[in-house]
Amino acid sequence: MAELIIPAIISCVIAFFTVYVITPPLIQFLQKRNLAVKDMNKKDHVMVVRPGGPSIIAGIIASEIVLYGFFQLNEILAIMITSFIAFVIGYVDDRKVMSGWFKPVALVIAATPIILLGTYDSNLSFPLFGTVQIPALYLGLIIFMIPITGNTINSIDVLNGVASGFMIIASFSLSIALFILQNYEMAIISLPLGFASLAFYKYHKIPSKIFPGDSGALTLGAMYGAIAIVGHVEIIAAVALLPAIINSFLFLSSMKRIVEHRQIKGKPVEHTEDFRLQATSDKTAPITLVRLILAAGPLSEKQVGYAIFKLAIFSGILAIITAFMMRVQI
Amino acid sequence: MKIGLFGFLFAMWALIIAGGGILVTILGPFSISGYGDFDLLLTSILKAIIAIILVVIWVLVLSKLKNWIFKKEIKS
Repeated sequence: MAELIIPAIISCVIAFFTVYVITPPLIQFLQKRNLAVKDMNKKDHVMVVRPGGPSIIAGIIASEIVLYGFFQLNEILAIMITSFIAFVIGYVDDRKVMSGWFKPVALVIAATPIILLGTYDSNLSFPLFGTVQIPALYLGLIIFMIPITGNTINSIDVLNGVASGFMIIASFSLSIALFILQNYEMAIISLPLGFASLAFYKYHKIPSKIFPGDSGALTLGAMYGAIAIVGHVEIIAAVALLPAIINSFLFLSSMKRIVEHRQIKGKPVEHTEDFRLQATSDKTAPITLVRLILAAGPLSEKQVGYAIFKLAIFSGILAIITAFMMRVQI
Repeated sequence: MKIGLFGFLFAMWALIIAGGGILVTILGPFSISGYGDFDLLLTSILKAIIAIILVVIWVLVLSKLKNWIFKKEIKS
């Protein structure tokens, strides 16, 4: 255990400070190139640069390379390559508007390193009841899991700081769960995700100086999914991600198809005179997590963000309880 | 924010745990024999079909639950 502490500390420091140091020059670079979009939830005409994905992937790759130097595990390679492919897919979508199907389909490619490197176990573990062996089905699960986690994180990236803040809570919950399950190496491998998100949150929190873009959100989501599969904590990871899954579930069940946000005509949320957010009564608009939070009445952007974080903390606690339940069998 | 979303999260979690129980107790010991080399493949395919049906049921239950919880929430 003691020999794991040094790699853990070094990788966390590298993940945090790489993102923390690279993001300000990235913001300046993007400002010079005028790669900015309007922040829709601000009263004044505020432009925010994007994408922040390059600094996030730099932090993740740098820290995971260091961990690979210590452990030489194929699991680390699988996580790194999956995250990098997801970043490239997101970056393509950042630079050129692609169809709604592009990201889910392209992210299947990001899942292939996990299969090719054989870094999975086809036994699916459930709390209380034990494991079930589903070799054929599990391959399908891997192929679906990365697009789902990637797009799920991307779909909650709607307010300042929400995607990175949510990922801090979900990924640290997952790391705690891995420690509880005594999977120490995987727990350490998962920590850079939380620390990279934490450093990015500094610039992404309200009022945002940079947006993660598709490249940032897909990188965070795909790495989370890869850790879930490689660490054999698929169910726990799904539980920690529940608020974001609810958002995707509500969106899909109301729209009945996969569609890009920018292609939707009906607006789920509008602004009051004092520029707080309020739910619309537009029946053509999708039902989203934010719309449901606002069903009780208008809230500021910051208040909605905190409401999402409260839900994420609740899910994180459920995920940790699930990890304890994994150690009990009835 | 009212209790609705937390209740919905908790219901989803309970459904995941219960679904896992069904999957392990029904699907786990399930196997087909008498087809020689195809036994494993047939068992895998059938397990996959049952699991997909369970997921569809899970989504339907969740959908009903969503309507019930949030209609109540909006009315109150």
